[in-house]
Amino acid sequence: MAKPIIEVENLSKLYRLGLIGATTFRDSVERWWCRMWGKEEKCSRVGKKKLVISDGDFQAGPEPNTIWALKDVSFSVQQGEIIGIIGKNGAGKSTLLKILSRITEPTSGRAILRGRTSSLLEVGTGFHPELTGGENIYLNGAILGMRKSEIDRKFDEIVAFAEIEKFIETPVKRYSSGMYVRLAFAVAAHLEPEILLVDEVLAVGDVTFQKKCLGKMGEVAKQGRTVLFVSHNMIAVNHLCQHGIWLDKGKVQIRGEINDVVAAYLSKGAMKGGQRRWRNLEEAPGNENIRLCTVEILNSENKISSSLDRRYDFFVKIEYDIFYSLVGLRMGFALLNAEGVVIFSPNDAEDIAWHGRKREPGKYMSICTVPGGMLNSGAYTITIGADIVPGGAMLWEDNVLRFEIEQTGGLQSRAPDRLAGVICPSLEWHIDKLK
Amino acid sequence: MKANSSNQSPYEIVIEPNRKWFYIDWRGILQYRDLLFLLVRRDFIAKYKQTILGPTWFILQPLLTTIVFTIFFHRVAKVSTDGLPPHLFYLCSLMVWNYFANCLKSTANSLVANTNIFSKVYFPRLIVPLSSVISNLFTFGIQLGTFLVFYLYFKFFLQGSENIQPNLLMIIVVLPLLLVQAAAFSLGVGLWISALTTKYRDLVFLMGFLTQLWLYATPVIYPVSAIPAHWRFIMAINPMAAIVDFYRYAFFGTLALSSKYLFLSVVTTMVVLVSGLLAFNKVERTFVDTI
Repeated sequence: MAKPIIEVENLSKLYRLGLIGATTFRDSVERWWCRMWGKEEKCSRVGKKKLVISDGDFQAGPEPNTIWALKDVSFSVQQGEIIGIIGKNGAGKSTLLKILSRITEPTSGRAILRGRTSSLLEVGTGFHPELTGGENIYLNGAILGMRKSEIDRKFDEIVAFAEIEKFIETPVKRYSSGMYVRLAFAVAAHLEPEILLVDEVLAVGDVTFQKKCLGKMGEVAKQGRTVLFVSHNMIAVNHLCQHGIWLDKGKVQIRGEINDVVAAYLSKGAMKGGQRRWRNLEEAPGNENIRLCTVEILNSENKISSSLDRRYDFFVKIEYDIFYSLVGLRMGFALLNAEGVVIFSPNDAEDIAWHGRKREPGKYMSICTVPGGMLNSGAYTITIGADIVPGGAMLWEDNVLRFEIEQTGGLQSRAPDRLAGVICPSLEWHIDKLK
Repeated sequence: MKANSSNQSPYEIVIEPNRKWFYIDWRGILQYRDLLFLLVRRDFIAKYKQTILGPTWFILQPLLTTIVFTIFFHRVAKVSTDGLPPHLFYLCSLMVWNYFANCLKSTANSLVANTNIFSKVYFPRLIVPLSSVISNLFTFGIQLGTFLVFYLYFKFFLQGSENIQPNLLMIIVVLPLLLVQAAAFSLGVGLWISALTTKYRDLVFLMGFLTQLWLYATPVIYPVSAIPAHWRFIMAINPMAAIVDFYRYAFFGTLALSSKYLFLSVVTTMVVLVSGLLAFNKVERTFVDTI
C-alpha cells in the first residue's frame, strides 16, 4: 500500500487556561521579579483559585490550569478518503484542524502531510470590503494558496458559481450577505488541493446554495482528493464521508465507517430512562453561579419516561441551584434529532411572570411543555444550556438525555407509517366534494 | 513546522514542535509570491478608495508638514538648515523619514492587525510585513517625484542655488541602496515590535510616541552639523541618521557624517533585521493561541 497521505503520530496540544500568560509588560516584570526572589507568582495564585480542571481529569496538563486539547492523537488517512471528524464542543476537532493547517504548532508529536494542502476554516478569509468582487477573488484565492495563473484560469467559473456576474466590479461592502457568502464559498470551492481541511463552513448561506456546495464537495471527493471534514451536521457528515473519527476530550474514540462512528457518538452520554440527576454538586454542569440538579422528560401523565407517544404533549423539566442573584438568566434546551440537527431550542424567557425578575439564590425548576402532534417519530437528544443576556453562557451540557418519539399514528386515524420530514405536525385539513 | 523537500511529493509538509530557531520558510515565501503582490495592490487600492483627493494625499501630506516645519523650526525656532532653502531641506529629509515611519507603523502592526486571517489560514506570516514595506515604496516614489519637481525648480530657476551641489553618482547608485537599507531597518524594527505586541499590547500605544521621539533623534529637522562632533557617534548608532544625512548629501552636497558612520549604520541595520526576523519567527508559530 502506498504511504498514507496524512500521517498523525501522537499529536498533542497543551493549552493554558485563563489569564495565566502575561498580557501586559507589568505582568511580565512582576513574574520575573517573583521568580528572581523565589516568591509565589501572583498570576499563578489567581489562576489556582479558578481551577477549572481537577487533577484527576486525564485531560489535565502537567501544570495547574493547563489542559490537553489533544492528547496522543494518532491516525492515518489514505489518498482519496473523505473523513468526517465529529465530537462535542471542546473535543479538540478545531485544534486538530488548526495544527494540520499549520496555524499553530503542536506541543508534541508530529504530522506529515504528503500533498498540497488547503484549509478552509472560514470562508472569505481576508476579504477586503473596499475591493471589488473580482479583486477579492484574487486576494482570497491567493490567501488560500492559489497561484495567480490558477485564479486567472478559474475566474469565470468562480464568478458563475457565485452567481454574481453583474456585481463583479462592485466593492463587496455593497454586497448582500448572501452574495458575500456565495462569492466566498465559490473561491473556496475552486481550490484544487490534494488535501482539503474543512471546518464547519457549510453552516452558512441559504439552503439551495448549501446543497450546491455539498454537491461541489462531493465532486471534489470523486476526483480522488483527500478531505478532512469537521462538522456538527451529522447529515452532511453522513452524506459526504465514508469514514469518520470521533474525538472526545482530545482523544480518538473511534476511527471507522462513518455510520458506526455517528451511531456511537449519538448514543454516548445520553442516558436512557428519561431522567438525569447529578448527586455530586462539584460534578454537576454549571459554574459558581448555577448548577444543574436534575433533568427529566415527563410524559402526558406526568411520569418520567424516555419513550413518548407522538400524539400527546410532553414536558422537559430542568431543576437547578442558583448561588448568586441572577438577572436575565435564560434556562433552556436544544432538541436534536438522530442526525444531530437542532429541531428547536426554546428557553424559559417565555415565562412573562419572570420577565426582568431577579432570581435569588435557591433551588429552581423550569418546565417546558412540548406540544404533541408535532415531532416526527425517532430518537432525540436534549442539550441543556443557560445564559445571561447580556453576559454570555453560564452552562452547556451536550447529550443530557435521549428519548424516543414512538410512531403511533395521527390524532385521528392516520396510517401508522412514518411520514417523511424532520417534523410531522398534525395540521388541519379539510376535504370537500366539489362535483 | 518545517517543509521537507527531499521526499517524493514536492509538497510534503512535516508538522513538528520546536522547529530550529533559525529556520525560516523561504521556500514558502517564494510559493506565495503572488499573494505578496496582491497584498501590495490591496494596500494601495484600499488606502485611498473613497477619499476625494486619492493618491494626491501622498503629495499633500509632506508638503503640509514642510510648511509647518518651515514656520516653526526655521522661522520661529531658528534651527539651521546649513544654508539651504528650508523647504527643500525638510522635503528631502521628510521623504526618507516618512518612508521609514510608514513602514514601521504598518509592519509593527502586522501580526495583531491580521489575527483574524492568521487564525484561519496558513501562509508564511512574513508575507504581510514584506508587503507593507513594498507598498510603502509607492508612496515614497510619489514623494520623490514631488521633491524632484521642487528641487529642479530651485536649482535652475531661482537665484542663490549655488550651494546646491548634487552628486549624480550618489543619487543614482547609493540612494537606492540606502532606500533598501531604510526598508530593511524598518522591517527589522517592525518585526521586533510586532513580535512583542502579541504579548504586550501596551506597545501599540507607545508606538506613536516612540516614532515622534525618534524623529527628533534623527537629523530630519536639523542638519548633522548642529550636533557636536563627539556626539555624532552616538547619533549614528541610529541608522536613520546616516540614511537621511546621505540623502541630503547626494542632493545638496552637505556632508557632515564620515563614511565610517555609514558602515556603523549598515551593521546596526543587519543586527536589527536578523534579530527581528528571528524574534518574529519564534512568535508567529504559536501566537494565535495566546492572542
